[in-house]
Amino acid sequence: MIDIRYPIGLFFSIIGCLLFAYGISTMHNPGLYEKSLGVDVNIWAGLLIFLFGLVMLALSKGVREKQ
Amino acid sequence: MEHRFELGWIDYAILFIYFSFVIFVGWMLRRHMKDATAFLEAGRSMPAWVAGIAFISTSLGALDVMGMIGCGAKYGMMTFHFYWIGAIPAMVFLGIFMMPFYYGSKARSVPEYLSLRFDEKTRALNAVLFSVMTILVSGISMYAIAILTEELLGWSFYVALFLSAGVVLVYTYLGGLSSAIHNEVLQFFIVVAGLLPLVYLSMKDIGGWTGLKTNLGPVVASLPATHYAPDTWSTTWRYTATAAQNPMGIEWYGILLGLGFVLSFGYWCTDFLVIQRAMAANSIAAARNTPLIAAIPKMFTPFLVLPGVIAVWLMHSPAKGFSIADHGVNNYDLTIIMLMKHYLPPGLLGLGLTALLASFMSGMAGNISAFNTVWTYDIYEAYIRRPTGDRALDQSHYLRVARLTTIFAVAASIGAAGIALQFKNITDFMQAIFSMVNAPLFAVIFLGMFWKKATGHGAFAGLFSGLTAAILHHGLTRPSGSLSLFKGGWLHVVHTYPVELSQNFWCAIISCSTSAAVTILVSLATCHRKHKAELVGLVYSLTPRATSVDAAWYEQPTVLAVIVSATVIVLSIVFW
Repeated sequence: MIDIRYPIGLFFSIIGCLLFAYGISTMHNPGLYEKSLGVDVNIWAGLLIFLFGLVMLALSKGVREKQ
Repeated sequence: MEHRFELGWIDYAILFIYFSFVIFVGWMLRRHMKDATAFLEAGRSMPAWVAGIAFISTSLGALDVMGMIGCGAKYGMMTFHFYWIGAIPAMVFLGIFMMPFYYGSKARSVPEYLSLRFDEKTRALNAVLFSVMTILVSGISMYAIAILTEELLGWSFYVALFLSAGVVLVYTYLGGLSSAIHNEVLQFFIVVAGLLPLVYLSMKDIGGWTGLKTNLGPVVASLPATHYAPDTWSTTWRYTATAAQNPMGIEWYGILLGLGFVLSFGYWCTDFLVIQRAMAANSIAAARNTPLIAAIPKMFTPFLVLPGVIAVWLMHSPAKGFSIADHGVNNYDLTIIMLMKHYLPPGLLGLGLTALLASFMSGMAGNISAFNTVWTYDIYEAYIRRPTGDRALDQSHYLRVARLTTIFAVAASIGAAGIALQFKNITDFMQAIFSMVNAPLFAVIFLGMFWKKATGHGAFAGLFSGLTAAILHHGLTRPSGSLSLFKGGWLHVVHTYPVELSQNFWCAIISCSTSAAVTILVSLATCHRKHKAELVGLVYSLTPRATSVDAAWYEQPTVLAVIVSATVIVLSIVFW
């Protein structure tokens, strides 16, 4: 059976990267973030999601090396 | 309609990546699907944490997510009762007391357990009811999501219907139950990631916990035609002495008995949709830990409801320009949608939408994989084509049947979605029916596991009479102000409940007690067909206690149960 942490890690690191990059590129566009109380939430959410993805990838890799 | 989302390329990109991943997971699993056991039972190979997350993911379907945020606005923090009192005790009970019999009996489904413990007629009744309900529920959630995407994205109803049904079909056809379970784990994390930014932004907007209490007070106190205390929306048990004091229209004992006992035990301890996740675990210890591990994130799900509670304040602050009105009437199901539109910028909006679609597909795939197992094992194998004795031949035959069943189940769900489109009110009716089937079943399984004298005739009579009692109750009562016959009162109205919720609670209480009483009486009057030796592993008093295995302390079911229970008690007191 597959280790689901691998696809989860892959998915969240890709999405995290994407959101982070989008957040950076739209940083100077305050109109976009009026809704989110002026916070560029894409940067922060992207970063956290990316880190979560990395943790998942690390866990799955560790398991594979042990086997 | 003003509900329309404007999505950017980034939102579509996230949606597209998600769709690719669920199919990728199914594709990775396809070469493991060598026989029916792998396809329908996931080869009993899941680690406890995977089974545990899938276990709660099935109850995070799109309708549940939309419903729970809507309840947050409607009932405030009393919605927490659905999680703390309404799920945790039942999950702990399942893990500690019931799982050893479900898993240890080697039954492959709940109906099969009924056949081992009681007899064939009890199994057949349950299997048929369960199959019909599962297809209808999966069809109705398909209908709901297709309507939603039509409104939000402007896609045609049929595009949304066939696209999502097609994706679910591909990944369940490829990987069966394993694929459904693995995708549920992925979907769980997406739902959490999609909702957390909403919790953060809405809490920041209202000014944190203190802001929530001070801002909600005046809003709640000024609600027309009610006399709620200002802190009604930010407390859980404080105003449950009388039904008139709280928006749920129910007293504390109604909550304890209806939600905390009958409805929750009926769902978590007997619904094959969730039990199947624990049955797919790789050992009896993992199966017992499945609901206990699931209880840990479940305890904290109530905090995802907070944006719903905050929506009440937004609705009553004209400066915020927030409304959930649909043609002039508040539609609480729209709460989460409008909150996303209100707070989320492009990017996170796509993630939020993906979370909704993910939760929808996970609910649907869950129903379809449970239907597959019950149909193949409890109807096809039991009554249409018996096993021939040649294991390899049987396994490949049943695998082929299970694959075809997947296609049939998706097609039938689309048909059910079409019925829902014709009769829009049927949704409420079906959800009521689903609990009507589960509540009597809980009484029968509970007596079967813990009372060795319960007989097959008793169980059948109990199931049947419990269902009849529930249907009669529905026909004779209705929630106040409702004119639709789908909500009850189609025979003659003898009692009117303040809200729908209390009607559901009492329906469950009545059908469960009828079922229990009839099972006991008929069991005492009939004699046992099963020999004592046949009941070992199925009945508590005839089964030797499992000796404690040398597992680490955090893998011991009793330790986990104590931690979970203690945390819920502390949380309940803090948010009393």
